[in-house]
Amino acid sequence: MSKLPKPAELAKVSYQLPKTGWMDTPVEFKPGMFCHGSKPKSLELVGFPNPREWRPADADWKLPENWKEIIIEGIADRLKKYRSFRLFMDICVRCGACADKCHFFIGTGDPRNMPVLRAELIRSVYRKEFTTAGKILGKMAGGRELTLDVLKEWWYYFYQCTECRRCSVFCPYGIDQAEITIIGRELLNLLGLNIEWIAGPVSNCYMKGNHLGLEPHTIVGNLEYMLDDIETVTGKRIKPTFNRKGAEILFVTPSGDLFADPGTYTAMGYLMLFEELGLDYTWSTYASEGGNFGFFTSNEMGKRLNSKIYAEAKRLGVKWILGGECGHMWRVLSQYMDTWNGPADFLEVPKSPITGTVFENAKSMKMVHVAEFTADLIKNNKLKLDPSRNDHLKVTWHDSCNVARGMGMLEEPRYVLKSVVNNFVEMPEDTIREKTFCCGSGTGLNASENMELRMKGGFPRANAVKYVHEHHGVNMLGNVCAIDRASLKALMEYWVPGVGVCGLHELVANAMIMTGEKERTTDLRGEPLPSVAAKEEKA
Amino acid sequence: MDLKEILRQKREDIVDRWFEAILSSYHEDARGPMRRTQAQFTNPVGFNFREGLEGLFDAVLQGMLPDTVTGFLDAIVRLRAVQDFSPSQSLSFIFELKKILRAAAGAELSGDPETADELVRLDGVIDDLALFAFDLHMECREKIYALKAQEARDMTFRLLQKAQLIAEHQE
Repeated sequence: MSKLPKPAELAKVSYQLPKTGWMDTPVEFKPGMFCHGSKPKSLELVGFPNPREWRPADADWKLPENWKEIIIEGIADRLKKYRSFRLFMDICVRCGACADKCHFFIGTGDPRNMPVLRAELIRSVYRKEFTTAGKILGKMAGGRELTLDVLKEWWYYFYQCTECRRCSVFCPYGIDQAEITIIGRELLNLLGLNIEWIAGPVSNCYMKGNHLGLEPHTIVGNLEYMLDDIETVTGKRIKPTFNRKGAEILFVTPSGDLFADPGTYTAMGYLMLFEELGLDYTWSTYASEGGNFGFFTSNEMGKRLNSKIYAEAKRLGVKWILGGECGHMWRVLSQYMDTWNGPADFLEVPKSPITGTVFENAKSMKMVHVAEFTADLIKNNKLKLDPSRNDHLKVTWHDSCNVARGMGMLEEPRYVLKSVVNNFVEMPEDTIREKTFCCGSGTGLNASENMELRMKGGFPRANAVKYVHEHHGVNMLGNVCAIDRASLKALMEYWVPGVGVCGLHELVANAMIMTGEKERTTDLRGEPLPSVAAKEEKA
Repeated sequence: MDLKEILRQKREDIVDRWFEAILSSYHEDARGPMRRTQAQFTNPVGFNFREGLEGLFDAVLQGMLPDTVTGFLDAIVRLRAVQDFSPSQSLSFIFELKKILRAAAGAELSGDPETADELVRLDGVIDDLALFAFDLHMECREKIYALKAQEARDMTFRLLQKAQLIAEHQE
C-alpha cells in the first residue's frame, strides 16, 4: 500500500511555482485547461498542413522535421504582410496596464495569462530571430530560442485567449492583443496545431455552409420545430422561405441558434418579427452560418468561409443582407468581409422597407445587424409592444466583446431592450460597454473538455451578474451573441444559479403583439406569462 | 480578558495574515493585483477572498451556523475548485487559521490552561469548517462534470427529437 501523507504533511504542500523565470519554465498541461487537438480529417478537408492523430498532452506532437523553419518563415511572412503585427512586436514598454485586465489572468492567477506576457511569448522569439540586439545578446535582450517547449507554451496560451480585446482598451499604445493571438494561432496552424472544437466546425462550414454541418433538410426541419412551438404560443403558423430567388433581403445568422436552447428562442424571435413585418426575406441553407471559426484559424481560412455570404446574396439576387445576433460574426462581417470578398457592388445600400431608413453605416458592406434594424423599427413606432409580458424577468445586459468593444454597438441593443422589458438593471460600470468582461468561451473555446478554463475565464463576468442578482433580483442575462447564449448558460449555472440566458429577439418576440394572434398564456419557453401566473395564484 | 475578545481585537491583523496565507498559493506575480481588495468588480478574486475570510473568521468566533458560513465559504471554495489545485491544496487554507490564531494568542496567554482549552475548542470549529468546505468543494466538482454532461445533452436534444427518440411527458 502506498504511503499516505499525514495531515501535517498535506498542510505543508508547497504551492510555489518553480523558481526559474518564465522563459525557462516549461508549460505543464493541466486537465480542464485545454481542448482536444484537431483531428486529421478536419484538417485534410480544407487542405491544412500536417493532418495526423495527435494529443496535446502527449510528448510527441508528430511535427514535420523542419517545423522550426516553418514557424520562423511564417513569422517573417507576417511581419512583412501586417504592419500591425510588426508594430506590436516592437512597441510594448511593459508598463503593466494590461496585466490585470484579462479575465483569464484574473481567474487563473497565471502570469502567462497577463496580456503583456502572452504577447511576450512570441516577442521573445521575434527578438532572437529578427532583431540585431536579440541575435547577439540573446536572453539579455529579451530573446529566446524557439524550442518544442516554447511551441507548446504558445499552443497552451494562445488557446487561453478569447481575443476579447479588453486589455487593448487599457493599453496606452493601443496594442491589440487579439491580433497577436490571431497571428499566434495562424503560426500554430502551419503545423496542424489547432483544436478540434475549431477545426471541426471549420471543415463542416467549408463543406456544408455551417459550423454544425447541418444539411439543408435538417435546417428546414429544425426551423419546423420552432414553427410548431410558435404556433402553440401565438396560434399563428408562419411559413418562412428558403433559398428563394428574388427576395429583397437575405437573412444570415449563426447556426448555433438553429439547434440548441436558448439560441433557438432567439431564432423563434426572428421568425416572428419578420412575419409580423411582412418582410420580403429568405433564409439560405447554404450561407447558413454567420459565424466564422475560420477567423480563429487564419486570415485565409476566414476569407474562404466568408465568401459564401456575398456569393449567395448574388445567386439569390437580393438587395441587401440582414444579420442575426452574433458577436464575432459581426466583427468579421463589418471589419473584414468587404476587403476579403467585396466589393458587393451588386447589392444596394440597405434600406428598411418598413421605415425607409437608409443604413448609411452599411453603405459599403451592405449588411445590417438585426439589433440596429429592430431599434429603428421601434424608434419609428412600427411594432406593437407589451413589455409587461416580460415582467417575470429582471434583465441585465452582457455587452458581447466583439459587438460592443469591437464595433461600438452599445446603445442599439439597450434601446431595444428597454422598449421590450420593464425591468432592466445595468451591471457595475467597470464590467460593461467598452470595459465588458468576456464570457470566457469566445474564439472557439466553448468546448466542454475545458470547462475549468471557461469557469475561471468567465468568473469576472459572473461576479458582476451575481452582484445584480443578489442586490436587484436579476434573473435573466441578455446578449446578442450566439457563443454567449451557448456558454453563459453553464457559467450561470456554476456561479449564479437562478439567472437564465437569452437573446435580445426572444424578449422582443415575447413583448410583440402580432396581428391576429391568440391570447398568449406563455412566453416562448412555455413559461406562464406574469398575468396568467397571477390569475392562477388567485384561483 | 478572554481569548475570543483578544482575537476579535486583532481581527484586522489575523485576517491579513490569513489572506496572505491564501495568496501564497498563487504565483508571486499574481499576488499584487489580488491585494487590491477594494476593487469588487475588477479584482473579484481578491475582493471575494478578503470578504470571505472576514466572514469566516467572525463565524468561527461566534460559533458557526451552516447558513451564515456557506456564502463566505462559497466565495473562496468555488473559485479554487476550478483552479489548478488538488483538493487538499485547495482547502488547506482553512487549517492555516489554526496556526494564525495560536500566533495571535501567543504572547499574552501562553501557559494559561483556559486559553489552551479555548484554542482546542476553536480547532474543533475550524475542523468543522473544513468539513463544510469539503462538501462544497465536492459539490463544485460534481457541478463541473454535470455541466459537461448537460452541454452534451443540449447539443443533441434537437437531433434526438428529430429522430423521434425523445418521449414527451403527457399530462
